Order: sequence, then structure tokens, then C-alpha cells
Amino acid sequence: MRVVLYRLLAVLLPVVVLEILCRDRIILPLTLPPPSLIVQGLWSLLKSGTFNSAILKTLTNVGLAIALAVTVGTAVGAALHRMPVLRALLEPLFSTYYAIPIYAFYPLFIIVFGLGDAPQVTIGFMLAVVSMIVSTLAGLDSVPSVLGKTARVLQLGPVATIRSVTLPYAAPYVFTGVKLAVAYAFIGVIGAEFIMSNTGLGYEIRFAYDNLDNNVMYPLILLILLIAVAVNMSLDHWERVLRARRERS
Amino acid sequence: MRRAIDAYPSLFLVIGLLALWQIAFWLVGRNALLPPAETIAYLARLLQTARFWGHIAETGTAFVIALVIAVIAGLAIGLSLGMNRTAAEVFEPFLLAGNSVPKIALYPIVLLIFGIGMPAKIAFGAIHGVVPVAIFTLTACHNVSSILIRSAAAMRLTRWDTIRSVLLPAALPDIFSGIRIGFSLTLIGTILGEMFGSQRGLGYLLMTAIGLQNIEVIMSVTLLLVLVAATVNTLLLAQDRRLRDPGK
Repeated sequence: MRVVLYRLLAVLLPVVVLEILCRDRIILPLTLPPPSLIVQGLWSLLKSGTFNSAILKTLTNVGLAIALAVTVGTAVGAALHRMPVLRALLEPLFSTYYAIPIYAFYPLFIIVFGLGDAPQVTIGFMLAVVSMIVSTLAGLDSVPSVLGKTARVLQLGPVATIRSVTLPYAAPYVFTGVKLAVAYAFIGVIGAEFIMSNTGLGYEIRFAYDNLDNNVMYPLILLILLIAVAVNMSLDHWERVLRARRERS
Repeated sequence: MRRAIDAYPSLFLVIGLLALWQIAFWLVGRNALLPPAETIAYLARLLQTARFWGHIAETGTAFVIALVIAVIAGLAIGLSLGMNRTAAEVFEPFLLAGNSVPKIALYPIVLLIFGIGMPAKIAFGAIHGVVPVAIFTLTACHNVSSILIRSAAAMRLTRWDTIRSVLLPAALPDIFSGIRIGFSLTLIGTILGEMFGSQRGLGYLLMTAIGLQNIEVIMSVTLLLVLVAATVNTLLLAQDRRLRDPGK
């Protein structure tokens, strides 16, 4: 309980200090408006609905990227698990993948796909899919071979084996993959919107920055932070529930 | 074939990727892609011009300074949280959240604070790199066996001596992994930082090339970045494995 209190303090104290510094004009409003005004601004932006279409666009693209990454990643992971040669070949790619600046490919995607939603979704998908593949592989590796043998002794078919042996066992790993995929999809899509696009939250922040419109920019940045943190926290919660359930059984 | 792939997976991977690239070129055509051989030739020609090296030097300087800041700050945060259980419990969620937030949304704030130019790039690179270094250092400290810490206390080592001769050596392999990931993220952050409000550097080159639809420049700069990132990461990964498994 004390920890929660400290955490609350760790958030509130800097906010209060910033508020005072901004109100006293030690930090100019051109750099940072007072936090209270940012929150108020966000509230009125959400109420007026000016940015609803941008919010919807970003969330749709992030959702698409997540859905694609999770299905493709799980399928590829499961397939690679059965093809050790191909897996050995791709292992060095997986271990260096996140060192590669994926955004550098964004210009190429714009030229190939045009300036629609496709380049953004592709960037989000590319960032997310590999963590999903790697987690699926780790999950499948963790299933002890004795469980596979037991399934065979009990004459379970492939679908029944996956449903009642593999999935429950590998679930925590797969879920970690999903969690990472969600974070990467957000980072990829919003980053791509920011670099170059004509819709979405990332684009609106960029646009507001270019026009020095702090009354729009800061509330939107706050909104992105809130969404990212809220999604991440709820996934963390589910992950803990999943692990606790597994340890009990 | 099987044995050859197991022995040199990276070599076969590179061959496979080059083949895929060539096939993709045949599929989408010259308007969108350049074939591998031509890209390498173009990059080689760029590397002979002084202007291009000016951009590389700009990005390199920003990157190195950002990395130094990220590693020092990350170690300081990780160690100070690692030595204090309550502090770790309070601040760890913030660190983890810092990992999942799209940091590019914060770039306008960085630009407003530092102004356009070198300091903003450095700050943005360091913001990307500091989080993984701090998280890995913190986890590394928690994984150090408490017997070691207790023996240090029994020998009445000062706090600084405990860090220097017990904590750091014991946690080194994990800390090194954090620095490896921090390296990659700092590079990504620096390049991203150069894509906006910058007049020089590889990120700036990429951004202007998009505007001009200059595929040669886009592809050769991308190739250069991928080559550098992949090579350095492979070397660091090898060192990482040696640290974890000193017998090998």
C-alpha cells in the first residue's frame, strides 16, 4: 500500500512543481503550458470531437497491425518450430532484428504503397511480428516432450493436442509476445504517422508542432501517453493473472 | 546442406536476403526499388564523396555522445534503484512504461526545450537508449545472489566499494545485454531525431530523399544503416555470449 502512495507521489510531485514553474513563467508557455491547462485542453478536445477521426484512424491502424502481427507471428512461429533448418537459418535475423532501424524502410514503403494507411500498418506489423514469432518459438520450446508423448498415448488428434496441451502450456510465453507486439505496433504506427502521413494522431502532433500550436500539441501528446500506459498496464495485469493461474495448477 | 546452414547460418541468411531483394526488385520494378548490386555500387560512390562523410560524421558524433549519456545515466538509475528495494518497487513500473510509450510523440517537447540542432538529436538518442540500460541494470542487480551482498556487508565494504568490486562484476553479463540493446535504440533515436528539424546527418538525408523520391539515396543510406547496426550488434552479441559463458 505504501508503494502505491509513493508511486502516486512520484507522479504528482513533478506535476505540481511544473505547474508552479509554469505559472510563475520560469518555464514559458511557448515551451510548456501549465499541466492543468494541458489536461483541460485534452478534455475540451475530446468533448468537441475535432480529433475523433484522427484517433479512430490511429487506433484502427494499430489494431490492424496487432491482428496481422499476432496471426502471422503465431503461424510462422509454429511452422518454424517444425522446420529446424529454416529456424537455424533465421535465428541470426531474429537476434539482430531489433537493432535495425525499421523506420529507415518507411520511405521505401511510401514509394511502394503510396501515402495511404498501408505503409503505417506495415511498419507497425514489421516491428511487432518478430517479437511474436520469437515468443511463440520460446513457448513451444517450453512444452516438455513428455507432454507431447502423453498426448500421443491418449491418441489425441493434432487439434485436440494443440487445444488441451500445447496452448495452455505455451500461453504465458505467447501472451508476453502479444504484449510486446501491442507496444511495438503503437510505436511503429504513431512513429510512421509522425514521419510522414496525412492522418492520425502522430500526424496531428506533427502538424500542431509545425504551427507552434501548443494548445493542441500537448493535449494530444498526453493522450498518446495515456493510451499507451493504460493499454500496457492492463496487459501487465492480465499477464500476472495468467502466470498466477499457471503456478497454481 | 543442413550441416552447412548450421555451421554458417548468417552467411546463408545474407545470401537468402539478397536473393529475396533481387526477386522483389523484379516484381515491383525500377520505380520503387534498386537491385542489390546497383545499391552497393551507389553506396560505394557516395562513400567517396566528402559531403556524405560530413553527414556520417554528424550522425556519428551525435550518436556517440548520446550513447555515452544513455549508458552513464542508465547505469546510475539502474544501480541506485538496484541498491534500494522500495525505490525499485516504486519506480520500476515507470521504467517499463517508458519502454512501451511511442517516444517519437515526445520529440516536439525535446525540440522545444533544446532547440533545433545537435543537442536535440543527442537528447532524443539518449532518451531511447537510457531505458533499456536502466531496466537491465536494475534486473541484473536483483539477480545478484544476496550471499554476495551480505558478504560485502560482513567485510564492511563501503557502498562504493560494494558497487565496484561485488555488484558490477557479478551483474556485468546482464548489464552488457542492456548496453547492447541501448546501443541499437540510441542509433534508432538519433536517426529519428535527425529526420525532423535538422539540416545534416543521415536521417536528414533520408528525409530529403523522400521528398525528392530519390530511391538511390534512400536505399543506399538504409543499406548503410542496416549494415552498421547488424554488424555491431552481431559483434556485441558474440561478446555477450562470451561473458555469459566464459568457458567457451
